[in-house]
Amino acid sequence: MAFDLSQETLSYIDGIIPKYPQKRSAIMMILHAIQKEKGLLSLEAQEWVAEKLEIQPIQVREVVTFYPFYREKPIGKRHIRVCRTLSCALNGGYKICDSFKKQFDTELDEVSPDGRVTVEFAECLASCGTAPVAMVDDVLYENLTDEQVAEICEQIKKDTPASSNPGSES
Amino acid sequence: MNSVNKSTEIHPDERRIILKYADNADFDISIDCYKKHGGYEVMKKAYASSTPEQLCQEVMDSEIRGRGGAGFPAGMKWKFLDRKSGKPIYLICNADESEPGTFKDRQIIHKDPHQLIEGMMITAFAINAAQAFIYIREEMPLGAQILNEAIEEARKENLVGDNIQGSGFSCDLIVHRGAAAYICGEETGLIESIEGKRAYPRIKPPYFPAALGLYMCPTIVNNVETLCNVKHIVEMGGKEYASIGTPGNTGTRIWCLSGHVRNPGYYELENGKFTYGDLIYKFGGGLREGRALQALIPGGSSAKVWRAGERFAGKLRGGESFDWGIEDVPLDFDGPMAAGSMSGSGAVIVVDDSVDIVEVLANINAFYAHESCGQCTPCREGSLWMKKITTRMANGGAREEDADLLASIGEQIAGRTVCAHGEACAWPTQSFVAKFRDKFIDKAKEDPEKAKSREFRLI
Ligand SMILES: Cc1cc2nc3c(=O)[nH]c(=O)nc-3n(C[C@H](O)[C@H](O)[C@H](O)COP(=O)(O)O)c2cc1C
Ligand code: SF4
Ligand code: FES
Repeated sequence: MAFDLSQETLSYIDGIIPKYPQKRSAIMMILHAIQKEKGLLSLEAQEWVAEKLEIQPIQVREVVTFYPFYREKPIGKRHIRVCRTLSCALNGGYKICDSFKKQFDTELDEVSPDGRVTVEFAECLASCGTAPVAMVDDVLYENLTDEQVAEICEQIKKDTPASSNPGSES
Repeated sequence: MNSVNKSTEIHPDERRIILKYADNADFDISIDCYKKHGGYEVMKKAYASSTPEQLCQEVMDSEIRGRGGAGFPAGMKWKFLDRKSGKPIYLICNADESEPGTFKDRQIIHKDPHQLIEGMMITAFAINAAQAFIYIREEMPLGAQILNEAIEEARKENLVGDNIQGSGFSCDLIVHRGAAAYICGEETGLIESIEGKRAYPRIKPPYFPAALGLYMCPTIVNNVETLCNVKHIVEMGGKEYASIGTPGNTGTRIWCLSGHVRNPGYYELENGKFTYGDLIYKFGGGLREGRALQALIPGGSSAKVWRAGERFAGKLRGGESFDWGIEDVPLDFDGPMAAGSMSGSGAVIVVDDSVDIVEVLANINAFYAHESCGQCTPCREGSLWMKKITTRMANGGAREEDADLLASIGEQIAGRTVCAHGEACAWPTQSFVAKFRDKFIDKAKEDPEKAKSREFRLI
């Protein structure tokens, strides 16, 4: 299957490479852009990046598999990351995570049955003073309570349609 | 415009230099607002009338110690920079902020991004950097966007880019995003990451960044807070800056208080003028209703823990003797070191008596096991074993011999690894087991069913 990217992502990539003294340095920013557009980093995508940066595909794959944020498998439409680390845990982080899971009837690291979300644990999100915290995609939520989790999930359900073919993405 | 919540209460005893404007309701992140508050004046003056040598001397005179974790004097680091190699010199701002408990750089980046840019561009000029980078963790997408927009604003005003302010000096500044790996905060791992590789730290010696850094070129890596301080050092002069705080512990520090405390938050305080007791009780409002202190982690979760009631006695470097309880330890770099731990990244985590101390350690161990880069066997295997053992203990499978087993694993890691993650993962286990030995041994007596079905979990 041919691998193609939107014009916007392509021009972003062409703009970011020359900003670095060496081409290969642009890899992380390129992977971020592709993952944002595609939802994951397929082998085709990785080969494409290798060619773009004139490096071997394995040199891309070793980066993709090292950094926890890059993924080769799909997740739900919305990405929920609940902080697991000490200051959040001391303030009920594990319970908050359970609340998110319950709201979508899902387990950690899986695509929820309605396809809407994947709930994951994250390590310290550098917001320990307002623990417990979680991120939904790019947005940080602080001082979370069960009620707030319910509200956030309600909003997600309103904004994000369930997959027409539930479970097919997992 | 992007904005984040501002803190509405600032304790009158804080001395805000870095966070002077950050929480003002009428202070925003635009360059216009920054300039209205005197922004970029220090940089313009430095570019027009100072030499790089003079600027480096001011930083040396200020005696400022790095705010990222190790507390190494920034002036000294800059002095070690290999300026004669003929290779380009690079500047990197470490905005990875990932040591558990730390959330100070977040405040600066989200509320006063231009201060960081000004500090970095003064530094770039002082070290003659060919290019500068901000390495920001992936989990701060808004921060990255704010910095990118601020840099574009600064570029339009010729404060970043080519022939800055007609000085003949050119330096570009770019934002590089991490991808959720803690080890990218370790400066040589960070450098490998910018090179487009796995963030495997390099061994020192020989790979001190000041000589063999990014692309094997001389490189200065400093923390966000350190680089912001450069602006104020140059503004007031190094000697004047050194009069803030106490000798050897100059300037202010932004302390991050979290955990079981009434008023968690960040407090910018003059170094050495307060104690850990002040931070917890006066600034932090003390413990919660009906709770007592059980443990205190004085400088990020890798710092050695203190047990409530513990006392520290000895002689300070100056020769005077001390006898402190936890509450008396001076809030600076040297105080916690004298008390057998460290101030690290300035992250103070309060643990009260409502939780099981074994579970606290299990939570910390899960972090370091997850974050080991895997290069060194003692760190990779040891961190995982310590996590597995403490998790088993928390879940009703504790054995009496676990305390000794944990201590022995800890001892076999520190000092035997490429980077300080080895120490970071071993110190919690070593100190928790040594200080709470009774609790680790008693854990074996716990009813396994009760442990398994506990409702509140830290692991
Ligand atoms: C495992 C590990 C993680 C680190 N994480 C950070 C970090 O998140 N932010 C930071 O500024 N320094 C971190 N450091 C310290 C850096 O290696 C480096 O010393 C620091 O960025 C230098 O800046 P400074 O001298 O201004 O403190 C870490 C060190 C280690 C060993
Ligand atoms: S000590 Fe740990 S994190 Fe550091 S290089 Fe070795 S394995 Fe990697
Ligand atoms: S522990 Fe959750 S943000 Fe730091």
